[in-house]
Amino acid sequence: MNKQRWLALFAVMAIILAACGSATEDTTTTAASGATTTTAATTDTTAAPESDAGQGGTLTLLQWQAPTALNPYLSGGTKELLASSLIIEPLAEFSPEGELVPALAAEIPTPENGGIPDDLMSVTWTLKSGVLWSDGTPLTAEDVVFTYEYCIEEATGCTQSSLYDGISSVEAVDELTVKINFEAPTPFPYSAFVSYQAPIIQKAQFEGCVGAASQGCTEQNFGPIGTGPYMVTEFRTNDTALYSFNPNYRGASEGKPYFGEIVLKGGGDAEASARSVLVLGEADYGWNLQVDPVVLADMEATGIGALQTSFASNVERIMINQTNPDAGLGDDRSEWNEGTNPHPFLTNSDIVRALSLAINRQELTDIGYGAGGAPTCNVWPAPPAASTNNDECLTQDIDAANALLDSVGAVDSNGDGVREYEGTPLRMLFQTSTNAVRQTVQELLKSYWQAIGVEVELKNVDASVFFGGDPASPDTYQKFYADIQMYTNGSGSVDPQGYMGNWVTSQIAQRENNWGGQNIQRFQSDEYDALQAELAQTADLGRRSELVIQMNDMLVQSGSIIPLIWRGSVSAFANTLTGVGGLNAWDSEYWNIEDWARS
Amino acid sequence: MGRYIARRLLIAIPTLIVISFVIFAILDLAPGDPTASLPLTVPPDVREQIRVTLGFNDPFLIRWVKWMRQMFVFEPLNVIEQVFNVSIGEGAERTRIISWSSRGPVVDTIIERLPQTLWVLGLAFVFGILIAIPVGVISAYKQYSIFDNVGTFVSMIGYSVPTFFTGLLAIVIFSVWLGWFPSFYDTTHQVTDWPSFVIQVKQIAMPVAVLSLFNAAALSRFTRSSMLDNLSKDYVRTARSKGLVENRVLIIHVLRNSLIPVVTLIALQIPGIFAGAIITEQIFRINGIGHLLISAIQGADVPMVQTLTFIFAVLIVTFNLIADVIYGFLDPRIRYE
Repeated sequence: MNKQRWLALFAVMAIILAACGSATEDTTTTAASGATTTTAATTDTTAAPESDAGQGGTLTLLQWQAPTALNPYLSGGTKELLASSLIIEPLAEFSPEGELVPALAAEIPTPENGGIPDDLMSVTWTLKSGVLWSDGTPLTAEDVVFTYEYCIEEATGCTQSSLYDGISSVEAVDELTVKINFEAPTPFPYSAFVSYQAPIIQKAQFEGCVGAASQGCTEQNFGPIGTGPYMVTEFRTNDTALYSFNPNYRGASEGKPYFGEIVLKGGGDAEASARSVLVLGEADYGWNLQVDPVVLADMEATGIGALQTSFASNVERIMINQTNPDAGLGDDRSEWNEGTNPHPFLTNSDIVRALSLAINRQELTDIGYGAGGAPTCNVWPAPPAASTNNDECLTQDIDAANALLDSVGAVDSNGDGVREYEGTPLRMLFQTSTNAVRQTVQELLKSYWQAIGVEVELKNVDASVFFGGDPASPDTYQKFYADIQMYTNGSGSVDPQGYMGNWVTSQIAQRENNWGGQNIQRFQSDEYDALQAELAQTADLGRRSELVIQMNDMLVQSGSIIPLIWRGSVSAFANTLTGVGGLNAWDSEYWNIEDWARS
Repeated sequence: MGRYIARRLLIAIPTLIVISFVIFAILDLAPGDPTASLPLTVPPDVREQIRVTLGFNDPFLIRWVKWMRQMFVFEPLNVIEQVFNVSIGEGAERTRIISWSSRGPVVDTIIERLPQTLWVLGLAFVFGILIAIPVGVISAYKQYSIFDNVGTFVSMIGYSVPTFFTGLLAIVIFSVWLGWFPSFYDTTHQVTDWPSFVIQVKQIAMPVAVLSLFNAAALSRFTRSSMLDNLSKDYVRTARSKGLVENRVLIIHVLRNSLIPVVTLIALQIPGIFAGAIITEQIFRINGIGHLLISAIQGADVPMVQTLTFIFAVLIVTFNLIADVIYGFLDPRIRYE
């Protein structure tokens, strides 16, 4: 063998090895510099008064779906909202009971304290005095105004911009006073700057990130400076976030927060998270534990942790297409066309009522949702505006369902086991997103409906297509090329007004608006539209609840929505944690993390 | 030889451009929407605005050209700037490839994930080779012995049972029943002293073992058959009749000649194990680039998927070239013209 050849080969190998070596070296240096993107670490700690804050060691939180960024205005998923809620705060938060609690605001503005004028055209917030950002600079009304300007700038691509809808201007009256002016009377003005969806970001940090520049601001998006109890020290997208306590936090003199460090770990799945908290004791908190209820109960029996559940307004529901989805109609399938294209049998409210009566909601809950669900017959399930007029659906009644179908003349005249209504057999295409629980529920529903002579064809679509808004795809939930479809929706706010507004006529999803409307089932009622208009003008809370109940009943009794399960969130906490209180479904589950401690 | 390599490198450039175009086209045709994972409470007009901001609605060719420019001009310049600590032109003007889900630079995220993948894959590969070659040599030398039969049995199992099965089996046995190893991979773990090193070994043990078994299985079969071919050759008889010690015959003469196909196989397998990592990382929850790819696909994060698949393509092209070159070194009879 030629010696030179071997030498050359070794030279090549050496170069490859060297390249690999230096590559890994680069990796570590870049990773380290990535870690220091967080400017929050430069805080002047000496400025903080002597206190017990941050002496409690490390708190480990598991979020199996890991946050991808810490800027809630660019990524609106719950996982990002949660992770950023440790750092940045809104003016006011919702408590687990759905009541407003001041955070950065000194008090909640009301008509009584002069924060809301009689014409409902504005709201005036006063900030707490002496609040500092974690870099030691004071929070001012300018930061609040900037937050508004940042989010409404179209090119920013702000996911929460709908919370700032209907605002004509936000002005800083003085250092600590912010006035929000509305375009129309707004009886519930607590959506802008309220809850973990709309926290205040620092003007000095984000000034250069407005508009198209927002995309390139990685340092800011991964490490916002905040006023909250914690500041981020290292952030790895889709993986881990490390926090340390903020010595400039306003509660520091009272020894808050208790924990000095927080590790927020992602990865794995819900079941592994539950095991880590409830069986192995590796972590203190596990988020969103959608796990087989039997498995979860077994784990809880270990006795080192406990489950907590809470309910907001999310309801798993079946949407009933009010228009004809027949493929033979071509482009006109599932098009409302000013009401000229009704569904052959699903616009009959008695048929839908029969479908609803045939369902054993308790069984669906037990099998698919466990503690994380409760049977419901309402679109708006949360007190005080929850209706009790539809509760007949809570008990399965096959006989009543059969009788109802017989009474409207939907009978099986040709003996094939499927009823016909005005010559159309009751056959439905039932679509939903691909998800183990949903497919199980689909199967059960199919068997219930078989018992009343209704045949169902099941279909499932990948979630990224089903919930994606691609107008070119025939499989989106907006296009609704099926007779019925199932998914969960709920209100982002404690106040139902915005959510109930989904079903007005102008919101009908159709070709004209590129299927951009929120009235997915194409429900149309002038009476409903009028009620929604009245709701938008009504400030009295009792009357508002009445209106919501009335609207809810119209949606359910007209047979355009079959509510199934009121879905809550399930989280696990280690028994050693104290001060957690009730689980918060209306706001961040970490909303009171400064009070968490270890016994 | 030099001309051959240069020519191959030149051919690789249009190949990679075509590959990137095909990947882009496939991703463009695939359904999916980056705003699908947002809560339903985010209204449609806001979603549309987000898509516009991300450049999702731009024409296909514009997005491709933009990406090419970022990938081949801007990102390399950034790397050069960082490594040599110099600044070339307007660094701030250069837009980076931005992930649609995290809004962070794609390349930084990949670099953050690479160490985990390289540790697991690299170790599995090294162990695989270290196991496979001696096993192959002994199996061939003592053909039909008990060792050979056991070796054949084990490698058949390793080769035919997929890693997603052996992986789950390992988790159930060693993690759930015995509790020896964690089922999680902690990316923030730092090796600073002996106990922390033990933790690192523990968390890496299962994935490395599973992948090593898989790698070793194929390689040991190849080594064995290649050894068997050579053992019956005339030069071996010559060497023995010259009175050479058996070890020398085996190691210096037979093994070296038998390694020619094996080395090629190793070089060709390297890109393949990156693909294998996608499954293994998913099972053992290692936050490496395979895991990153899967989550990017699920989130319709096109820039991330595009960049990662392109990196895989570059790896395959490069290691094919390396395999060809090594082949020439090992076997002087092969000439490159």
